[in-house]
Amino acid sequence: MSFELRASLRARNFDMSLSLADGETVAILGPNGAGKSTLLGVIAGLLRPDSGSARIAGRQLFNLDAGTHQWDAPHLRGTALLAQEALLFPHLSVVDNVAFGPRSAGASKAAARETAQRWLAEVDASSLADRKPAQLSGGQAQRVAVARALAAEPELLLLDEPMAALDIHAAPLLRRVLKRVLKDRKAIIVTHDVLDAYMLADRVVVVENGRMVEEGPTRQVLERPRSHFAAGLAGLNLVTGTLGREGITTPDGRVFAGQHDPGWSPVPGQAGVAAFPPSSVSVFLGDVHGSPRNSYAVTITDLEPHGDQVRVRASAGSDGALSADITPAASADLGLAPGMEVRFVVKSALVSVYPA
Amino acid sequence: MTPDSAHRKESMKTTTGYHGVPRWIYAVAAAGGLLVVLPLAAMLLRVNWPQFVPLITSESSLAALGLSLRTSAASTVLCIVLGVPLALVLARGEFPGQKLLRSFVLLPLVLPPVVGGIALLYTFGRQGLLGKSLEMAGVQIAFSTTAVVLAQTFVALPFLVVSLEGALRSAGNRYEAVAATLGAKPTTVLRRVTLPLVLPGLASGAVLSFARSLGEFGATLTFAGSLEGVTRTLPLEIYLQRETDADSAVALSLVLVAVAVAVVGLSYGGRRRAAAAVQA
Amino acid sequence: MSITRKNFTALLVAGALAASLAGCGSGTNTTASSSSSPSGEITVFAAASLKAPFTQLAKDFEAANPGTRVKLSFAGSSDLVTQITQGAPADVFASADTKNMTKLADAKLLDGAATNFAANVLEIAVPPGNPASIASFADLAKADVKVVTCASQVPCGAATDTVEKASGITLSPVSEESSVTDVLGKVTSGEADAGLVYVTDVKGAGDKVKGIPFAESDKAVNTYPIATVGSSKNKALAAAFVAAVTSEAGKKVLGDAGFGAP
Repeated sequence: MSFELRASLRARNFDMSLSLADGETVAILGPNGAGKSTLLGVIAGLLRPDSGSARIAGRQLFNLDAGTHQWDAPHLRGTALLAQEALLFPHLSVVDNVAFGPRSAGASKAAARETAQRWLAEVDASSLADRKPAQLSGGQAQRVAVARALAAEPELLLLDEPMAALDIHAAPLLRRVLKRVLKDRKAIIVTHDVLDAYMLADRVVVVENGRMVEEGPTRQVLERPRSHFAAGLAGLNLVTGTLGREGITTPDGRVFAGQHDPGWSPVPGQAGVAAFPPSSVSVFLGDVHGSPRNSYAVTITDLEPHGDQVRVRASAGSDGALSADITPAASADLGLAPGMEVRFVVKSALVSVYPA
Repeated sequence: MTPDSAHRKESMKTTTGYHGVPRWIYAVAAAGGLLVVLPLAAMLLRVNWPQFVPLITSESSLAALGLSLRTSAASTVLCIVLGVPLALVLARGEFPGQKLLRSFVLLPLVLPPVVGGIALLYTFGRQGLLGKSLEMAGVQIAFSTTAVVLAQTFVALPFLVVSLEGALRSAGNRYEAVAATLGAKPTTVLRRVTLPLVLPGLASGAVLSFARSLGEFGATLTFAGSLEGVTRTLPLEIYLQRETDADSAVALSLVLVAVAVAVVGLSYGGRRRAAAAVQA
Repeated sequence: MSITRKNFTALLVAGALAASLAGCGSGTNTTASSSSSPSGEITVFAAASLKAPFTQLAKDFEAANPGTRVKLSFAGSSDLVTQITQGAPADVFASADTKNMTKLADAKLLDGAATNFAANVLEIAVPPGNPASIASFADLAKADVKVVTCASQVPCGAATDTVEKASGITLSPVSEESSVTDVLGKVTSGEADAGLVYVTDVKGAGDKVKGIPFAESDKAVNTYPIATVGSSKNKALAAAFVAAVTSEAGKKVLGDAGFGAP
């Protein structure tokens, strides 16, 4: 493993371990306050955990276990951090900003400038070289910040929601730049945006409450989520329970019947999940004709427009929140409103059942 | 900040026309302004204008002015050399006794300068804490220009520390964190990121220190003595002249006021530039 | 006969009126008559070197003339002249030299003429133990001696200049202070090897300094004049105080403090 980390910080309820292979980009997904920024801070050396250790390619970044007290300062770690705000040094020009890393490593002014120009070309920002940061737009500043981080030749690149502060026109441009420069480079990108995960990450790690709850190759996690946050990102309904013959049984006693992979037989009693898209859910008032499978009593919590459909959010008690997408006409016919008790019926052919 | 949002901020300042200051405040502010301006005007009226130039260019006057400018410049440099590390440590450091240290550093601001002079005497005087050993080493501080610089530094240091500490706190240390992750050693971060970013605050603090040093009287009198060309700074010269030559005293006072106004004008310009830099 | 409340109040008011009338009467009595005892309150502005003897004289005066009050204000003579010229309320002015008194006389701010009441000469003050072994005025001019004097603009500095000229010895002081108190302070703190102050200052400092009289001191005698200020509101009492100062008893108090005869 080219990078591995293990750390815990009680004050922030944080306890995680992570490893990266050479050239791999990992996306960290999770709700606010889950500990994503804490993770990056610990790796970069800006935040000291209570215990743990980390190595990059054989070099020990820190070791606070079992009485040892080794802690490399941030400037010795070879990890460059890129945040939501570009944080370009306001008193230096763009090219001097990018040359900062090489100069700090001891390069001469001329050599550093040359490296800087190269990286500025790499991020399509050569024309901005002589401007001052105050003269750049948000998107331009972020691209320069990427160039500055890369010019420092880091072993591991850390990106903390780099697209979050950009407007809708600038984000795709930066995403394309990042896709290009992150190839063959170890990087950890913290993000809210599923598009970032799909485009840039080989692997995805989902964190909640300071702990890792799910990880795996990007497509696998987002198409077959096992955590509620990942399901939310993927736009799927998710219920957890124990596997049975037909599907899963939730702790509340509801049975979700569905399809599983042909090559895998469910082991009854094991933990499992059922995932289904909102479009597979129909809404009925009162009892339903013919008592089909997958019929559940729920209470509507919210109605919102979703593309050309209406998304009905409802609460299924301790089984969590479920969503259904129906046409506006259907919603009007049914007279739906928050607080109403209705029945959700899910087509079992569209429910995926797989192990947790 | 994007170019268009910067423009928006500017236009909000000039086109609204509503500044939210009640009218009666102007009356009270005028009273405050008069309190400061009237005594200066009264002094201006007493100046013996025909004799003005000969009075301020007399040998003793020029000696005092030259000494004042030289010692104030030296003490400002000393304030910067000692004050920058102090401000950094108070703003960014974390160590036991930090709050206590800040209180002590700010003490000269509230201490009567004469008390400061007495304290310096007990430290550096011939019988003083350090003075005894210095005397044996052949270093004489009392009655020397060095004593003047020490007295001025003692009273002016807090001005620089307070000004710079404020600037350091509001700047935060995000840029320093980024610089560190880019591989810059702590000294490099200080040299290339921290200090350039707080330069306006440092400049404004230095100007205040210079102004305070220029006007220093009580500590100098008690600690350094009063000898023309060596320790008799402009305030001391004015104090002496008023015994016999009121015209000379008033004329020299006017010179001191003029220098002070110039210094304050520089400081205000610096503060405006600092505010603009922070907004960007 | 019982005193009703109304009668009692009337009595009180009448009594108060009578008392205030009596007070008014004595206050506006400006004619100096030896038969009526002096009363009221005066403010005396005196040079700083007169602090010890004048405080004593004021106490004695108040004791001898019950009902009177003497307020004292001590400062440098030229400061006091400035204050009086700007209208400060003073009844009596005692200066450390004739120059300052003349300023007031020329400005026609005095009531009558000034009287000389004391004289002061210079003395060398050294820290106890005399670390620099000073024995004469000439010793002060030695290269390694740190001597502190008054600046020429103040009375004791003018006296120093006169002594220097008369004796032909020029001093190179390390500091020329604006007040004799500051000179004394530099000696008592041990900063200076010697200082030129008044005889009265040496006496007043007790065992904090050692005094070394020198022959040339009588070349520069500071004569102290005293006078009533023209704007005084109680010239009778002021004159009485001046008389007390110049009396035999007053001369004794001044002599005890080290002052000589004028």
